[in-house]
Amino acid sequence: MKKICLTVIGMYILMAHAFSQVSIKDTSTYKPKKLKLDEVNLVSSYYNQRADKSAVMGGTPGPKGIGDVTDFANGIDLKFISWDGKHRKNTLTGGIGIDYHTAASQAYVDSNGHARNNGTRIYPTLDWTIENEKKGTEFGIGAYYSAEHNYYHSKGLNTSFAKKTNNNGEFSVKLTGYFDNIKMIKPAEFEPVDSISNVSPTDSVVYVTTASGTTKALIYSNGGLISRGSKPKLPSQSRNTYTASFSFAQVINQRMQGSIDMDFVYQDGYLGLPFHRVFFNNGKDTIENLPSERFKFPIGFRLNYFLGDNIILRGYYRFYIDNWGLKSHTAELEVPVKITPFFSLSPFYRYYVQTAVNYFAAYEVHSPTDKYFTSNYALAAFKSNSFGMGLRLAPPKGVLIKSLSAIEIRYSHYTQTTDLVSDIISMNLKFR
Amino acid sequence: MMMIKFTDQKIFIFLKTQLMKKQTLMKCCAIPLAGIILVSCAHVKEYQKSRINDSEMILANKKVEKNELNAQSYREGSSGANGGKTGGGCGCN
Repeated sequence: MKKICLTVIGMYILMAHAFSQVSIKDTSTYKPKKLKLDEVNLVSSYYNQRADKSAVMGGTPGPKGIGDVTDFANGIDLKFISWDGKHRKNTLTGGIGIDYHTAASQAYVDSNGHARNNGTRIYPTLDWTIENEKKGTEFGIGAYYSAEHNYYHSKGLNTSFAKKTNNNGEFSVKLTGYFDNIKMIKPAEFEPVDSISNVSPTDSVVYVTTASGTTKALIYSNGGLISRGSKPKLPSQSRNTYTASFSFAQVINQRMQGSIDMDFVYQDGYLGLPFHRVFFNNGKDTIENLPSERFKFPIGFRLNYFLGDNIILRGYYRFYIDNWGLKSHTAELEVPVKITPFFSLSPFYRYYVQTAVNYFAAYEVHSPTDKYFTSNYALAAFKSNSFGMGLRLAPPKGVLIKSLSAIEIRYSHYTQTTDLVSDIISMNLKFR
Repeated sequence: MMMIKFTDQKIFIFLKTQLMKKQTLMKCCAIPLAGIILVSCAHVKEYQKSRINDSEMILANKKVEKNELNAQSYREGSSGANGGKTGGGCGCN
C-alpha cells in the first residue's frame, strides 16, 4: 500500500516536471509530424463501501461489515499524436492502472475468516486510432489486459470505426472481445482433503492451497519442514465476452446535442465465481451455479443542453434487459454551473432500479433441487440512489503550473436498498 | 464462422422473444429516438459551435467518473451503453 502511494506521488511529480520542459514551436506550414506527447491524464480514486451481506458468505446476514470494501485506484493515460503524409491524425494512447483493495468477505473464502483480505489489480491498455479529417472517418484498434493475483486474468481486444455525417452527426461501431481466465479458488470447506495434504511418514511433499489461492509445495523430512518447493498450478475456467457497440451522436442545434448508444453483449463460459457460497433451505451450502451463456442488451440515450450562458443540463437514461431475467432502468441528471468560464461546479443525481435474475434467492431460500442458484446481491432486485458534486478548474494559464491544464474532483454518495452504502472521491489531473 | 452465425441467431431469437413479450424496449427507444430525429434538421456551422464544443457538453462520461462506473458495474447487475466495460474481469457481471 505504501509502495503504491509513493509510486503515485512519484508519477504526479514526474508529469509536472516533464511538461514544464515543453517549448512551443511555430508550425504554420504543414509537414508530417513525428509522434509527440500531447496529453497525460492521472486519475485517482478512493472508494469505501459498508455492507452487511456478501456473495462470499451466501448473503448470510452475519458478521456485521462482512461486505465492507475499500479500493484505492490509480491510473495514468499517455496520449501521443502524430500526422502522417496523407494529413491523417494518428493517436496512440497507452495507459496503466493499479488498484489496491481490501474486502472483508475475501477473508472468509476460508471457513474461519483467516484468509488474505486484500489484493492488487493491474490493468494496462493500448489504443491506436487513425483519423482522416477530410473524409470524416476514424479507425481504431486496442488491447487490454487485467490481472488480479491468484484470482483471474483478462485479455481484451477491440476495433472501431466512426464516420461523420454531413449534418453534424457521427455514427460509430466498436467490436470488443474479453477473454478471461478464472482461477477456481473454492471456499476451504469444498477443497478435497487429498488436494490439501499429501503427507508421507518420512520425506513428503505437502501441497497447501490457502483460501486466498496461494498454493505452495512444502517438503517435509521426518515431520520437519526442510524447503519450499515449486508452486503447482490451480485449475481454471474460461469466460468470454463479445460486444458489438453502436453509437449515433447528433448536434441538434447550437445549444443541444444528443446520442444513442446500443450494446449487444454475448457471454459464455464460467459466469459465476467459485468462491461465492449459496446456502440451501436444508442448511447445507455449496458454490453458486449460473448458466454458461448470457445475452445482454443495454441501450442508452444522452441529451445535453446549454441553458443560458452558465448552466448546462446533462441527461442520461439507460434501459437494460438480459436473458437471465434482469431488467433495469438508469436515469441521471448532472447540472454543471459555470461560476466563471474556467471554474464549474456540477451537482448530479442518479437513480437506478433493477429486477432480480431468475436464479437469485436469499440466504437459505434456494432448494437443493434448483438447477441454477446464486445469493449474490448484485443480481437481486433493488433500487439505488446516488448524488454528489463535481468540480472542474481549467484556467488558460494552467493550475499552479502551465502544464497542468485542468483539475477535476468528484464526490459521490451511493445507497442501495440491500443496505449497501458507499462513497467515492476521484480526482483527474490533466497535463497538456 | 459457424459459431458466429449460431451466436447471432441466438441473440436475435432472444431479442425477438423479449420484444414480442412486452414491447417495453420499443417504447423506451422510440420516444427519445423520434425526439432526436425530429429536431435534428437545424444545420449548425462550425463558428456556431462554441457552446456545443464546451468541455461540459461532451457526449460521454468524464474521465474522473471512470472508477465510479467500475464500482457500479461490480455492485449492480447491469452494465454497458455508456462507453464503459460490458464484461471482463473478476466481479463484473
